[in-house]
Amino acid sequence: MIKEMLSHKVQQIAPSGIRRFFDIANQMENVISLGVGEPDFATPWHIRDEAIYALEKKRTTYTANRGLLELRQEISRYLDTRFSLQYNPETQILVTVGGSEAIDLALRAIINPGDEVIIPEPTYVSYLPSVVMAGGTPVPVPTYESREFRLTAEDLVPYINEKTKAVILCYPNNPTGAVMERHDLEKIAQVLRQHRILVISDEIYSELVYGVEHTSMAALPGMYDRTLVINGFSKAFAMTGWRLGYAAGPEELVGAMTKIHQYTIMSAPTISQYAAVEALRNGMPDVQRMVAEYDQRRRVLVHGFRQMGLSCFEPRGAFYVFPRISDLGMTSEEFCTKLLMEEHVAVVPGTAFGESGEGFVRCSYAYSLESLQEALRRIGRFVEKHSKEG
Amino acid sequence: MRQKILDILERDSRFSAAEIGIMLGIPEEEVQQEINRLEEEGVIVGYNTLINWEKTDRELVEAQIAVKVTPQRGHGFDQTARRIAEFPEVQAVFLFSGEFDLMVLVQGQTMQHIANFVAKKLAVMESVVSCTTYFVLKKYKQNGRLFEQPETDERPNILL
Repeated sequence: MIKEMLSHKVQQIAPSGIRRFFDIANQMENVISLGVGEPDFATPWHIRDEAIYALEKKRTTYTANRGLLELRQEISRYLDTRFSLQYNPETQILVTVGGSEAIDLALRAIINPGDEVIIPEPTYVSYLPSVVMAGGTPVPVPTYESREFRLTAEDLVPYINEKTKAVILCYPNNPTGAVMERHDLEKIAQVLRQHRILVISDEIYSELVYGVEHTSMAALPGMYDRTLVINGFSKAFAMTGWRLGYAAGPEELVGAMTKIHQYTIMSAPTISQYAAVEALRNGMPDVQRMVAEYDQRRRVLVHGFRQMGLSCFEPRGAFYVFPRISDLGMTSEEFCTKLLMEEHVAVVPGTAFGESGEGFVRCSYAYSLESLQEALRRIGRFVEKHSKEG
Repeated sequence: MRQKILDILERDSRFSAAEIGIMLGIPEEEVQQEINRLEEEGVIVGYNTLINWEKTDRELVEAQIAVKVTPQRGHGFDQTARRIAEFPEVQAVFLFSGEFDLMVLVQGQTMQHIANFVAKKLAVMESVVSCTTYFVLKKYKQNGRLFEQPETDERPNILL
């Protein structure tokens, strides 16, 4: 009976077709995994320590709806120094429960029935369902390995129409590791400036770039007033479990999001907010240390896959590589299932991130070098075996 | 590049020049040449293995001895420090600021062995004024590595 009583929107969200693969993978023991999208580092000790102090000082009540002013001021300063973005901490910044909440709030704040939201694919899995739950229509736009999975104006333009309300950009990208450099973003901005379309720019991986500089879409001429920047602490400071992110953007939009936020969440976790103040004040050396290590692992993985004869573009951000496995004559899901069964290595089928991920697998390097090397040995053996068959 | 190579080797000296080359995006030969230079210049002094002897059958006692020394004209503390460092029992010698001058780390099979070393070799040296011996009871962390908490990965195998 309950099933019929569920909202049509929830019913409309199809369970992931590869759920079964995930279930098997997560139940299996002694697996070498490259399957997780969160840092392997623990949150730096001084940040954890600050949270313990906050508890000792009885910081156990709600904060302001928008978040601790002290934290919003630090966020404002950080966005200015790192990405040349100026936001008023009083009115333009909202502290949220992870970047995910900020995405959900943004979509709920802007979408009217029938509105379309453009989402470049392969894409992080939560954008499409979030658009659906907000009553909008997600419009996936494929991107291609040949362009290192960067979104181009040519890719984008055919999907824009009068119903288009927003574009969600996530660069550096999960799952591909792709980045959009300033000149790439500029071409997209040129298109968007001709329309009334908002950009929801999920920049959660902005600190994790290698050999390129992160540019925020909001920093481009004419884009500040139509861009919502979403960022957080999870990836840069290895703080996923603290559930803390933020949105920064035009006052009216952040205000509208705050309205929803105050009724659904009240305020983001207080202890986490105090820890985040410490992260922004004193945590940048930790970020640099982790980035240096990710960068080494990234090179090891890319090199390893290329040695096996797999095509693997060099990702410049996040902590994923996205090698092509289609030459082995298998689908992504077949590859991942067989690899799990035969070599006990878990990687994620590209199709988990949309149809345009077919032929690829996502491998995370949020793992120790030892694990990565062992995984490469096993995948290498697997690829060699199945190349002969093919 | 020099600093990056040293950072990697300090963390784990087993990485080969080829592996370091891949990690840093530099040709293997260049890495090897740089390592050779670092060894020749004495920047890289040696490669050791960090062992938790408690988990083995070997009896081993370690102690830190805080030594007060009369500095010598023209040599300061160096000559005494070098003489102490020559003893095979001595693992490390550091010059400290503060209450005492030299910190001497010694290893022996038994407490008696170390006591003998202090009484018969160290304390009797002319320039040594006093020795205070601190025995190591337990090691929690050394060379940046935790001894007793094996790092376990609590994350699931797949998480998008």
